[in-house]
Amino acid sequence: MFGYYLDLAFHSLRRNQVLTALMVLAIAVGIGASMTTLTVVHLLSGDPLPGRSQAIFYPQVDADPKGKDANEPLDMLDYRTAVDLWSARRADRQALVVQSQVRLNTAEAGKPPVMTTMLSATTDFFSMFNVPFRYGGPWSEQDDAARARVVVITDDLNQKLFNGENSVGRTLRLRDSDVRIVGVLKPWRPSPQFYAVRGGRFAGGDTSDFYTRPEDVITPFFTGLEVNDGNFLQFTCWQMPERPGHLQNAPCVWVALWAQLNDAAKVAAYRRYVADYAAQQQAAGRFTHAGNTRLRDLMGWLDYNGVLPSNVRLQAWLAVAFLGICLVNMVGLLLAKFLRRSGEIGLRRALGASRAAVFTQYMVESGLIGLIGGAFGWLLTLAGLWFIRQQPVAYADLARLDVPMFMLTFLAAIGASLLAGMLPAVRACRVVPAWQLKTL
Amino acid sequence: MTHFAPILAALRRHRLATALIALEIALACAVLCNACFLIVGQLRMLHVESGVDESSLALISLGCDGCKGTDLNARVTTALRAVPGVQSVAVVNAVPFADHAGYAGVTLDHEHYIAVPHFYSGGPGAVEALGLQRVAGHAFQPEDFQVAENWLPKNTSVWVTRAFAERLWPGQDPLGKEFWSDTYHFRVIGVMAHLAPPDPGGGHGDSAGEWSVFAPVTPGDSLHGVYVLRASPAELPRVLREARDAAQKAAPEAVLNLPQSRTVPELRADYFRQTRIMVGMLAGVIVALLLVTALGIVGLASFWVQQRRKQIGIRRAIGATRSDILRYFQAENFLIVTAGIVVGVVLTFGLNLVLMKFYEVPRLPVYYLPVGALALWGLGQLAVLAPAMRAASVPPVVATRSV
Repeated sequence: MFGYYLDLAFHSLRRNQVLTALMVLAIAVGIGASMTTLTVVHLLSGDPLPGRSQAIFYPQVDADPKGKDANEPLDMLDYRTAVDLWSARRADRQALVVQSQVRLNTAEAGKPPVMTTMLSATTDFFSMFNVPFRYGGPWSEQDDAARARVVVITDDLNQKLFNGENSVGRTLRLRDSDVRIVGVLKPWRPSPQFYAVRGGRFAGGDTSDFYTRPEDVITPFFTGLEVNDGNFLQFTCWQMPERPGHLQNAPCVWVALWAQLNDAAKVAAYRRYVADYAAQQQAAGRFTHAGNTRLRDLMGWLDYNGVLPSNVRLQAWLAVAFLGICLVNMVGLLLAKFLRRSGEIGLRRALGASRAAVFTQYMVESGLIGLIGGAFGWLLTLAGLWFIRQQPVAYADLARLDVPMFMLTFLAAIGASLLAGMLPAVRACRVVPAWQLKTL
Repeated sequence: MTHFAPILAALRRHRLATALIALEIALACAVLCNACFLIVGQLRMLHVESGVDESSLALISLGCDGCKGTDLNARVTTALRAVPGVQSVAVVNAVPFADHAGYAGVTLDHEHYIAVPHFYSGGPGAVEALGLQRVAGHAFQPEDFQVAENWLPKNTSVWVTRAFAERLWPGQDPLGKEFWSDTYHFRVIGVMAHLAPPDPGGGHGDSAGEWSVFAPVTPGDSLHGVYVLRASPAELPRVLREARDAAQKAAPEAVLNLPQSRTVPELRADYFRQTRIMVGMLAGVIVALLLVTALGIVGLASFWVQQRRKQIGIRRAIGATRSDILRYFQAENFLIVTAGIVVGVVLTFGLNLVLMKFYEVPRLPVYYLPVGALALWGLGQLAVLAPAMRAASVPPVVATRSV
């Protein structure tokens, strides 16, 4: 029976090609617009560490003497707090993270020096965040402690400088220090660059910079502080630092600490530990208040920072509203199309077709329109994503259609057109046969 | 337009189709008004006045880690001045649309921070090179330029924008007034009509984005590496090209920051690229929306005309003229669109409320509604014209046929 209905549907679509084209166009444009924007939303709001993110935490204490217990603490830690919490080793893994602009001299590769962003972190960074290595591996804890002049570079930089060969053991010059390459990463592109997310609530919704690529050079935390001393930027200060760029003893927050806590008991214990630390610092007179410590998990922290850029969200809403209007439009056109064939329906009903049969027939026809519309919508989605890849935004390279979104394109197109077809089909199967036959 | 009663009676028999068109119009009204409003907001952003002579300015930005500031400034400014076509060169910390240099909270009472302006600083000649326009107060004297301590001189005479002065001292004359940031003290000696921060609309200050301070500083260790140069607009691209080479040659140990070493018009175009894309996208949505709505009206109206061929024939046979039939369909469309607009007004303000809540969009001015309504009425009449003409051309003889 389904085959017969499909046959009828094809026949009917061919009979009125302009109307058919209008409906297919409406579905295709609506689906194309909404799937393009929804794909971007899907890619930008995903979990950057699937399977691990619920065990990753971001402690915050408030070192700002002007802060209050009722306020949110500052987004980053001061140096002393960060190092205290880190060296207490109360978590399964912990990593200090800081970024800075550094001059990268690559005399060996015969290229002029460039300014680049350097990531400095302690070694747990790699195991905690599942960072994949192509050659070599992370440095050791001894390297962290000894401030060893070692570096890990990304696949991108390795391609650029060494044509993708195994460059472990070669040296780079960071500012005025030679550093030895100990590891080369595989392509690694977390979305967002979660370990550097902060200050989202001050960004006014313009958060696309959270989606930049990882830094090309990664050094041990304390090595980085030595090599690039004087070039560190604060997140904020409550007084001017004595020496700009050197923040170890400055009244500034500028360091991030990440902790991995593998079960609920450890999370509770760590939460207590952070609160106790702040209270103890208050008792010692270093903090003015200690009541607003936080321990958010990774997704909670991303959420709190509103990482999804607001214009991406706005575009998605607009596109969905547009799809809605396309659907209302399609309901109208289908109604016209189906009721125009009232005579035919009357005849079929008189010859014994049940209402259910008529209903099914028209739903098959709507579904077919949806399928064709979905195919065109898929092409439009590809075109839309291509357009986004040409834009100068940090997340441009991420805009690709993955399998779930590909499936969703067709499901949405067919679902939408079935929904749109429902009302006209109900109307069509309520046609009174006798009335129609009389006019024939 | 005296025939509304029979039209209404006829529409009552097509409640579903009527409701669909009205709903489509209502949705279109809501999206149309709000999208237009968003576009206007973005366009206002695009036309923000920077307060500097953009078309004559270019920037050279050098990253020089561990350089002696005074020495670098001397070498680079000398080299830049030697480039043919350069009218003037000055050391600054930033220009509008380039990377920002320093936002800092300011206070009037050492306690309550009330605004976060951008602090521009520049050496001698910077005001003239940038073309800053002073509307009150007096020019900087040589003794106003002092050596900075870490950030700025401890006591500085500054110019502020009118918008920022209005924020600090509403309704008062700002000249001679003082403010503080941390332990740094500032005295206002001049007021500028405009000076946009480097990233206007970037989350600091108000939406007009004009909270800026200009501080005179003697170039040196805390002010070096960024140079603004002035040339005639026609020569600017060539001058910039040569200036880049000259700067690189004068300071081989420094790294030229290429994305920042551009003409100010280029920097501006780059800064607003996202905004322009957003405007394009909103405009695209509006056009597609109107098109889809119009096509929907054409589709349904055609269906009605075909369905009513016989009745039209009868009306023609008993004396209705072609224009009567045409009017009938036009009046019918007008009624439906009007109903749609009535519902649309509610949806429009509903959508605006949602946008206000989540996207810091201001309240929609009421005059958008009549304009939107006029547009939709026009669209409806345009869309119904072809089917209505087809209806008007139905010959009276149809009435006598049985099919």
